[in-house]
Amino acid sequence: MAAQTVASTTDTTTAPAAPSVDLGPAVALSCRECGERTPLSPSFACASCFGPLEAAYELPTGDPEALRKAIEAGPESIWRYAPLLPVPADVADKPNLNPGFTRLVKADRLAAELGVTGELYVKDDSGNPTHSFKDRVVAIAVEAARAFGFTTLSCSSTGNLAGAVGAAAARAGLRSCVFIPHDLEQGKVVMAAVYGGDVVAIEGTYDDVNRFCSELIGDPIGEGWGFTNVNLRPYYAEGSKTLAYEICEQLGWRIPDQIVVPVASGSQLTKIDKGLQELIKVGLVEEKPYRIIAAQAEGCSPVSAAYKAGHDVVRPVKPDTIVKSLAIGNPADGPYVLDIARRTGGAVEDVTDEQVVEGIKLLARTEGIFAETAGGVTVGVAKKLLESGVLDPAATTVVINTGDGLKTLDAVAATSGPTATIRPSLDAFRAAGLATH
Amino acid sequence: MSVNVRIPTILRTYTGGQAEVAAEGATLAEVIADLEKNHAGISARVLDDQGKLRRFVNVYVNDDDVRFEQGLETATPDGAGISIIPAVAGG
Repeated sequence: MAAQTVASTTDTTTAPAAPSVDLGPAVALSCRECGERTPLSPSFACASCFGPLEAAYELPTGDPEALRKAIEAGPESIWRYAPLLPVPADVADKPNLNPGFTRLVKADRLAAELGVTGELYVKDDSGNPTHSFKDRVVAIAVEAARAFGFTTLSCSSTGNLAGAVGAAAARAGLRSCVFIPHDLEQGKVVMAAVYGGDVVAIEGTYDDVNRFCSELIGDPIGEGWGFTNVNLRPYYAEGSKTLAYEICEQLGWRIPDQIVVPVASGSQLTKIDKGLQELIKVGLVEEKPYRIIAAQAEGCSPVSAAYKAGHDVVRPVKPDTIVKSLAIGNPADGPYVLDIARRTGGAVEDVTDEQVVEGIKLLARTEGIFAETAGGVTVGVAKKLLESGVLDPAATTVVINTGDGLKTLDAVAATSGPTATIRPSLDAFRAAGLATH
Repeated sequence: MSVNVRIPTILRTYTGGQAEVAAEGATLAEVIADLEKNHAGISARVLDDQGKLRRFVNVYVNDDDVRFEQGLETATPDGAGISIIPAVAGG
């Protein structure tokens, strides 16, 4: 393996003095639109074209076998992939939540129900410390916040991110202050607040919250604040690559044929694709065709609408769905989701709120996995696309569950009560018709 | 019509570091043209080669995203606040 390279100077206009930063193999920020490079800094948009900035690397070269062994000997967390992430090499030694390495469940009973003849897996990210995939991205953002000397960790959030930021900041000894739409699920609000940071509910949609946070960063009030998904976004977003790394490692270092990914801003999906490309590049997996399928809820499906209309730009919508975690009407990475779905021969599809609830209950009933509403979206879309013949039933397929159903109990509470309510007597139980003898 | 335009950090090199500047115009297109007159370079950052709003820039007139209104032809009433904001990742 080649040595990791330390980055150069940093722009200190929005952060306290940070003469140099060590973010491992990340060496610069690069614009996804025009390719212009800038030094590592807490910036998220290209000064030339407004395109999104992302981390650019000097990836390990040389013996892939040595890299594979080093990864396999690493901690059972995302830090086993530190050589492929924008984090210092000693990241695992610092106080953090050690997210990742969640289970990849072989879902044979779900496969049978859906008519899948190949292998079907659920990547279940409900097992993370705050029960959603957001712990992956926040862990990376914490390292960037440390590197740039930020003292407050913040975010705009649909719920999961707020909880992840609150917990990670508590563990890292940072102040946290998160911003959420005022109408989130109660479970997510409690999970955001319990870690002792500040939680600010904004009267508006998630897109209104985003706008507010962007303006806060441009104001002196925001000095010293690291917003995981705004000024730390190029680093934060890289955490989603670990989903791709884990899936491939857990499949014995092979890329699945089809992956169904939920889409809010689209960042997770684009980084899963980036992760797969990087694994090919460093020689950890064999190059092969794969399809990435994007899943949305019908009540907030701007990317699906653009895909079906053949557009390459995404027209924003006003969200109206029970799937709050995907209720982003103005998805920043929407155009890239379209590109990736088309490039890989995938698709973008949406399902109704009723189909979301059916998806949650189907996964719970067949595999014992209780997914949050976004997990219901991916299962629902997989079902829909298997029925319509878009998904190949004989292929190796992975469906992502991003979080725990306990966070979105309301979605299924009305249809998941007691089967019967009886007096404590054997006769009453028999009378209820549930006895087998 | 006189309006106030909030300038994102990455464009403040064109406004001498000012976070908010005044501009004139009855529509967003006119406001951007007026901004360009006084702060050369901004227009090419906000508009693409075809003169359309770049796909990663969000513009609000008061609280309304102009893509829900009439885009560059959105009216900019006297005293309106205009925000130019790069796209943000999800949460």
